Amino acid sequence: MSEISLVGGRNAAGAKINLTITDQKISDISNKVPGPGANVIDISGSIVIPGLVDLHTHLREPGKEDAETVASGARAAVAGGFTAISAMPNTDPVADTAGVVEQVFSLGKATGLCDVFPIGAVTQGQAGKQLAEILAMHESAAKVRMFSDDGHCVFDPLVMRRALEYVKMFNGVIAQHAQEPRLTIDAQMNEGEISARLGLKGWPAVAEEAIIARDILLTDHVQSRLHVCHVTTAGGVELIRWAKVRGINVTAEVTPHHLLLTDELAQSYDPVYKVNPPLRTARDVEALREGLADGTIDIVATDHAPHPTESKECEWPAASFGMLGLETALSIVVQTMISSKLMSWSDLVDRFSIAPAKIAGYTDHGNPLAIGNPANITVFNPNKSWTVNKDLAMSKSRNTPFHGMELPGVVTDVFYNGKQVLRDTKIVSVS
Amino acid sequence: MKRHLLSINDLTYDDAVLILDTAAELAKISDAPVKKLPTLRGRTVVNLFFEDSTRTRISFEAAAKRLSADVINFSAKGSSLSKGESLKDTALTLQAMGADAVIIRHSASGAPARLADQQWMTGSVINAGDGTHEHPTQALLDAFTIRKHLRPENKDLTGVKVAIVGDILHSRVARSNVLLLTKLGAEITLVAPPTLLPVGVENWPAKVAFGLDAVVADSDVVMMLRIQRERMAELFFPSEREYSRQFGLNSDRLKKLKPTALVMHPGPMNRGLEISADSADSLQSVIVEQVTNGVSVRMAVLYLLLGGAPLAAVANIESNEKVGM
Repeated sequence: MSEISLVGGRNAAGAKINLTITDQKISDISNKVPGPGANVIDISGSIVIPGLVDLHTHLREPGKEDAETVASGARAAVAGGFTAISAMPNTDPVADTAGVVEQVFSLGKATGLCDVFPIGAVTQGQAGKQLAEILAMHESAAKVRMFSDDGHCVFDPLVMRRALEYVKMFNGVIAQHAQEPRLTIDAQMNEGEISARLGLKGWPAVAEEAIIARDILLTDHVQSRLHVCHVTTAGGVELIRWAKVRGINVTAEVTPHHLLLTDELAQSYDPVYKVNPPLRTARDVEALREGLADGTIDIVATDHAPHPTESKECEWPAASFGMLGLETALSIVVQTMISSKLMSWSDLVDRFSIAPAKIAGYTDHGNPLAIGNPANITVFNPNKSWTVNKDLAMSKSRNTPFHGMELPGVVTDVFYNGKQVLRDTKIVSVS
Repeated sequence: MKRHLLSINDLTYDDAVLILDTAAELAKISDAPVKKLPTLRGRTVVNLFFEDSTRTRISFEAAAKRLSADVINFSAKGSSLSKGESLKDTALTLQAMGADAVIIRHSASGAPARLADQQWMTGSVINAGDGTHEHPTQALLDAFTIRKHLRPENKDLTGVKVAIVGDILHSRVARSNVLLLTKLGAEITLVAPPTLLPVGVENWPAKVAFGLDAVVADSDVVMMLRIQRERMAELFFPSEREYSRQFGLNSDRLKKLKPTALVMHPGPMNRGLEISADSADSLQSVIVEQVTNGVSVRMAVLYLLLGGAPLAAVANIESNEKVGM
């Protein structure tokens, strides 16, 4: 039996909490002080919360292990305070069969650092034509519940309808990358005054909103579940608000980078700011923050997208889309949502842990800090700050747009299934 | 002046006027029997062309050679866009060869900015056209040509009415010209169908017209842009005939021009599409002269960016050489 006590911290509601973990579970949350000889970590000044859950992670394994592996991605996740991440299927081969999702799942298990839940492709090869063997992926060891052709919009309305219907068999959910392909041919950045001036082809907001609107209506029609990936536009937030008022079963995510950065950054032509969907305007950023605060947007998801240096050290149109996110996510959200007083710490725990675990059905995560619950726990010091240094990233890649920024909040300790995997900001080597 | 010329935004009003004045001085060289100055002797200028553009390349080449620079032409067949050698590796190669200036033409908007910002190389970077972004030396030669004809005694182009006609959306020439000509006091009207105007054009320092008839009689300059036939397949306009009818400079519209008005085109022209043959060859056309002026303006840019010997000293050399002859 192993036992460890975290003393001196507070929970998200601000109440003092001394918390004891015994083996894999929380065994005590009374404020009793552990006796002499107990294994104790003093977390005075820190907040203790359920481990963060990411529903949108790119791990690049199999196929692009120079950018990221499941193991390096898991280390980045733990450093960022996550106890569960969700591997998007755009690997090589695509995660569109039970075999590939089981491979990713078992690579995750082997890390011993956090849970890695594969997301299955909706269509074979993410090509948008034929449904992938969704049921086989669900019934595999990986027990996939969420499906997405992320990076490729499920554009054909009939394919989308069938997918939404099919996953009703097991209360699954389709996570849609909303991008009308004809309106975004060769698109490089947000379409607006800046793209016009820079001569970079525009990715208009309407291309996102048109798909969100269609999918909301389809979801209502077939009474299924839709999750909208990385909403970026004010109009998208409005549409989701509209759907929720009508009781349509739609959830949505926003990324930390879309909560902070705008298309002005493209003026440098530095592709570290090239991401899909693109950075939008300050007005959109404001709407996203409001949407996250009022619950229209259910969760934060990172869209962590590692790329090797050469994919970013080139001309903007030649560069890959995407940016790192796992290690900076919590600090960015603290800065944009907590420091600005738009959200409480309890709201943050909901958007970052409870709600994503519920959407994806990760029952061991996003649970209250209560006796008997699995000990997936993150300790976070909100009073400290840190400066992002891309060269110190746990990720194999370096494409963070936050390099050099000073951000609030430091993740100090993480417990995964009762085992300490991050101790005083350092990854604990797994035996 | 800044070390690089990537965008017209890199130039102040004074910089722009200085380039035009310097070009006017250097134009005299082009008229001399020996068209050569020793001012950039020993300097290496690289023409780095990722896109075919014979006219721009030879214009820069002539400019550099008239200033006695060594010119290397580097036609990069592949680029990182076509999975060839990366821009970075090309830049490192040029750095290793000791290039003092790189003149870059690239299909990717912002490629010159990448070259300049990444410190892969130490020389000056001159944008010779990048994607649909800018083509600053084209705008400078256009301004030079307009000033020479319409404001010969002035520093700038105050009050000159310029219509820029055609595919504004995809035109780097239009972008640079809007920035430069307005900086110099000209009044711009962009003439194009709404499909070929950029998003947010209403906030540009220019008026917009949806047909050439509305502006032709009132313009001091009509600058026709090349319309690419492939735009039709991308649904920007229904047919060449309809485009030509509404936006082409044809004989009827040529007659409506003020007698003093200039007809300009950055080339290459589609005769019969955006410009009729009689317009292109009319007395009001300065299209061929634009090419000549391009050499003088590019000489001025190279001279000023590379910090050649002061122009007064150059003038002395010039007169000495004349004496010597």
